[in-house]
Amino acid sequence: MKLEFSQATVQYPPLKASDELLCALDRLSFGVSDGEAVTIIGPSGCGKSSALRLASGLLAPSSGTVLVDGKQVNRPRQSTALVLQDFGLLPWKSVYVNAELGLAIHRVERTERKRRTMSALEKVGLADFANYYPAELSGGMQQRLALARAIALDVDLLLLDEPLSALDALLREELQNLLLELWLERRHAQVLVTHSIEEAVFLGQRIIVMAPRPGRVVYEMSNPDMGSLEYRSSELYFKRCLELRKALASAGGEAQ
Amino acid sequence: MSGTRKSNADGKPRRRGNPALRRLACYAFAIAFVFAGWEITALILDTPALPTPAATVPVFISYASEMLPDFLTSLYRVLVSLLIGVALALPIGLALGRCPEADALFAPVLYILYPLPKIVILPILLVLLGLGGAPKIALIALTIFFQVIVVMRDAAKAIPQNTIESVRSLGCTRIDMLRHVTIPATLPDLFTTLRVSSGIAIAVLFFAEAIAGSTGLGYFIMESWAMISYTRMFAGIIALAILGVLIYEAFDLVERRVTRHRR
Repeated sequence: MKLEFSQATVQYPPLKASDELLCALDRLSFGVSDGEAVTIIGPSGCGKSSALRLASGLLAPSSGTVLVDGKQVNRPRQSTALVLQDFGLLPWKSVYVNAELGLAIHRVERTERKRRTMSALEKVGLADFANYYPAELSGGMQQRLALARAIALDVDLLLLDEPLSALDALLREELQNLLLELWLERRHAQVLVTHSIEEAVFLGQRIIVMAPRPGRVVYEMSNPDMGSLEYRSSELYFKRCLELRKALASAGGEAQ
Repeated sequence: MSGTRKSNADGKPRRRGNPALRRLACYAFAIAFVFAGWEITALILDTPALPTPAATVPVFISYASEMLPDFLTSLYRVLVSLLIGVALALPIGLALGRCPEADALFAPVLYILYPLPKIVILPILLVLLGLGGAPKIALIALTIFFQVIVVMRDAAKAIPQNTIESVRSLGCTRIDMLRHVTIPATLPDLFTTLRVSSGIAIAVLFFAEAIAGSTGLGYFIMESWAMISYTRMFAGIIALAILGVLIYEAFDLVERRVTRHRR
């Protein structure tokens, strides 16, 4: 098991003293195997992002445990990468330096760093833009850059927090394809949080539906037939999307 | 900022023309503009207290070499006090901005001390440090210190949480965070506060030099006033304006070098 939540609970202190504790996640339990791609879908406030923050070590559970490789996560781990919704790029650094950042922080040796950074930029199609600054890139290119930073690290656990939700529909599909290709090639364990039913079915071998207040898992769907670009236009894909939509509706979801 | 140096290599479009020449032309315009306003005001008021630029410039030129030591003294005082003020305030400001607990504790202290006119402690500084440059440098540094703390604290607070989390998720140390995020993110604000502070520094310097001691442009100007030599006084004021421009331009130059991404 690569990542394992057991009874993980996250509570935030209330804004007013009279209120109850805010429970962002209530006894979350599920696992992700090595090389498995899981998607989490659910309405806003269902604790999806909190789950990823737990897994990346940015947040500690109020109770319960979060294990990566069987060890409790209590700080960010070297071979986990987290990609955020609004990219988390550093506007004052060039595309190259942004992509290289994780390797620099991990003190990877210089020539090795350069090789891996360039190969990651090539993979996402940004090699010609190495000297640009993020503000000079389009939204889709910025998201590619955030991915390049993650794959340069050679991670075995990739956490994606609604990485494509800021993009338009066409770009989204293009980047979903890129995400799928990267996963097929590298076979890291992957947890993708999304609002989109189509994205969840296209990119998840297993789809976890969460509901809010308190954040919890309400439904799990197995989707073993994903894993090719053609899947998107298959009969089965549409059936699964429909099934997921129904599950979300009965969970009281408000997803797209 | 290691990587920003080597950018700009691959023929991206840039503005045509020599930027230094363009800047000189702007200054020529600015000088003409100020002198024209001055000339008109002087002609209207028609008082010896405001000599025309035509009368002042020859005096300025004839006093230039005599003013130079005072000019350099004032320049030195402003630069050293800016340096001391910023060097002390920058780490404190960033730390307060990134650490809410410390900020909650020390913000009230700041709010009490910040608005106080620091000039009121000049008598104490004069007693402690004598009549030379030291009390003036201390006074300016103290004034700058609070400015810079407040601005840098707010700048550090304003760094987006997502930027911080995305870098923290890479497993960085506090030093990495400072190097890759906190310092570059707040650098533009540092230059803004430097520009505001240098104006204030020159104003405080003028007061300090006018009140105590016998060196610097402030003293030169007050001495001229006491001698009722208004052209000499305005020659000193021109020198003070040049001092301000030099400092501003120096900051601009450094800023353009270190914040390339904001072109």
